[in-house]
Amino acid sequence: MATDIWFFAEHKDGNLRKVTLELLGEAKRLAAAAGGEAVAVLAGSGLGGLAGQLGQYGPDRIILLDDPALAEYRTGPYTNVLAVLVAERKPLAFLFGNTALTRDLAPRVAGRCGAPLFSDCTGAAYRDGALHFTRPMYGGKLYADVTGAAVGQPGTTVFAALRANVFGAAQATGGSPAVETAAVAVPPDALWPVVKETLAQVSGKVELAEANIIVSGGRGVGGADGFKVLEELADALGAAVGASRMAVDNGWRDYKYQVGQTGKTVSPTLYIACGISGAIQHLAGMSSSKCILAINTDPEANIFKVADYGIVGDLFQVVPALTQEFRRLLAAS
Amino acid sequence: MLNIAVCVKQVPDTEARLSVAADKTRIEEQGISFILNPYDEHAVEEAIRLKEKQGGTVTVFCLGPARAEEAIRTALAMGADKAVHLADAAFGGGDEGTAAAALEKAIAGKSFDLVLAGRLAIDDASGQVGARLAEKLGWPHVTAVTRLAVEGREAVANREIDGGSQVVAVTLPAVITAQRGLNQPRYPKIPDIMKARRKEVAKVTPADLGLSGGEVGGAGAKGKVAGLAPAPGRSAGKVIAGEPADAARKVVGLLRDEAKVI
Ligand SMILES: Cc1cc2nc3c(=O)[nH]c(=O)nc-3n(C[C@H](O)[C@H](O)[C@H](O)COP(=O)(O)OP(=O)(O)OC[C@H]3O[C@@H](n4cnc5c(N)ncnc54)[C@H](O)[C@@H]3O)c2cc1C
Ligand SMILES: Nc1ncnc2c1ncn2[C@@H]1O[C@H](COP(=O)(O)O)[C@@H](O)[C@H]1O
Repeated sequence: MATDIWFFAEHKDGNLRKVTLELLGEAKRLAAAAGGEAVAVLAGSGLGGLAGQLGQYGPDRIILLDDPALAEYRTGPYTNVLAVLVAERKPLAFLFGNTALTRDLAPRVAGRCGAPLFSDCTGAAYRDGALHFTRPMYGGKLYADVTGAAVGQPGTTVFAALRANVFGAAQATGGSPAVETAAVAVPPDALWPVVKETLAQVSGKVELAEANIIVSGGRGVGGADGFKVLEELADALGAAVGASRMAVDNGWRDYKYQVGQTGKTVSPTLYIACGISGAIQHLAGMSSSKCILAINTDPEANIFKVADYGIVGDLFQVVPALTQEFRRLLAAS
Repeated sequence: MLNIAVCVKQVPDTEARLSVAADKTRIEEQGISFILNPYDEHAVEEAIRLKEKQGGTVTVFCLGPARAEEAIRTALAMGADKAVHLADAAFGGGDEGTAAAALEKAIAGKSFDLVLAGRLAIDDASGQVGARLAEKLGWPHVTAVTRLAVEGREAVANREIDGGSQVVAVTLPAVITAQRGLNQPRYPKIPDIMKARRKEVAKVTPADLGLSGGEVGGAGAKGKVAGLAPAPGRSAGKVIAGEPADAARKVVGLLRDEAKVI
């Protein structure tokens, strides 16, 4: 239906991704406002269990794209099946999480559908018969209110990718959504790329963009070894470890952990900046965090201008002390 | 021999203080400086390295106003051979869809083997044009590439995935988008900058590309900026003094009881 809000129910290693539940939460809110249904699009192979899991969170409907050709994510097949589905049913919106997978997929599908796509959104609303999204632009210096030119006219689906950790997740309250299996047909010329090798990061580590808490280190950490104290704090909190560009350029951390305008944009509940000065390009990647704690020896450091809490001191003393305090607190609760 | 196209965009300097123009949908450009989009530096560098290894040509494509020629010249000074500048005012105010559509018209049918683009332009932070361009061309694409090898008619790329990386292969022609880590872009030397001034920059209009006014720029865009405003500001919070152990205890207490984030 032209008032339905779809979302791409991304999953990994047999589990729904956290951002998927946030998409569902937002899809429900927008669908209620637009008078349509919140519809999950679940793609993969052997999806029965995942559909059951997802159903608990209360989507109105689940469309399954269940086929061996979709077992592993590949751009060509996924683009094909999603674009066919959108062209057939023309929902009002199709939401994606802002993940590496969808950054590869969503622009291609939107392109094939002749649709706009709003990337990395931090807000969404249905207003005056149109969907509006909020997007940080120019390194987060400005926020844009964006909308599809032809929203409201039947046949124009608006695509949007939502930043992780910003939208309220749907809760498991039980439910029995309609589950429908859609036909999957992947033409041979869509079978690209050829996946030669997948080098997965050690499992069990929290994904940076989805992490609730991030402990980030900068030049003040002094070296790759210095990150050990940050990792201990992160382990105590179940947090992910991020880095400034200085730490990355010095070879202390891999690029994929860089936070900032030329790295990842993150929005954790708590961002702990250790030995990071707070350059404007770093702030671009983390200023939408709910709470910022900064540890820096320099009381004049720019990071203190945006931090909710600051400790002026040597991170090699302060961070272990924090680890101890958090451990004590978490053991007590 | 590889015939390579590189898409580059000129973007405001990351340090620039930005304000919103009177129409509230774009930035005030007066007085700010612009740079070649950082990811596009990696794209240009990779193209030049491939050319140096395998021979061929590197052509830069840029959609943007007259000022964007500076970014084009930077790419030429790095070692690209020539450029095509989609500079007509009618291209302005578009979105990722119209940019990809115009670039496709400029690139298609010219026997390019490979198109390199940035994974993201740091002004609009969309990360779409590469994949959209590939779709228009009907070519495969690989995004966020940190290693690229061209072997015969195949491109083998390491790309970033959630939680790791992946080695994938696509058949040429293809579009590849550059992630940091792909290479270390070179700084052009003075003689290269001088030489770049004499390189050809062809200016093309929508009509040259067979596009009507309604298909380009603001007129053709499916996404609209309804309003642009300064980001909600953050202000300095509490600085906690004391010995590390005391300060840590206080902060943890505040995070729990005041901020309620743990
Ligand atoms: C085009 C462009 C894009 C960029 N993109 C990014 C990006 O995406 N992300 C990013 O982070 N940067 C980016 N930068 C770089 C940015 O401008 C800064 O150079 C960088 O963020 C600084 O990193 P830092 O804070 O770790 O280092 P510094 O600025 O050197 O700060 C180190 C801090 O550590 C403190 N310190 C030292 N020792 C200790 C100690 N023992 N305990 C506690 N504190 C200590 C110091 O007081 C200082 O404040 C970009 C720059 C450009 C030009
Ligand atoms: N106006 C443009 N002209 C040429 N290339 C562009 C333009 N806009 C975007 N690109 C290319 O597409 C990449 C991604 O841009 P974007 O989708 O806007 O984030 C950039 O890094 C460029 O390589």
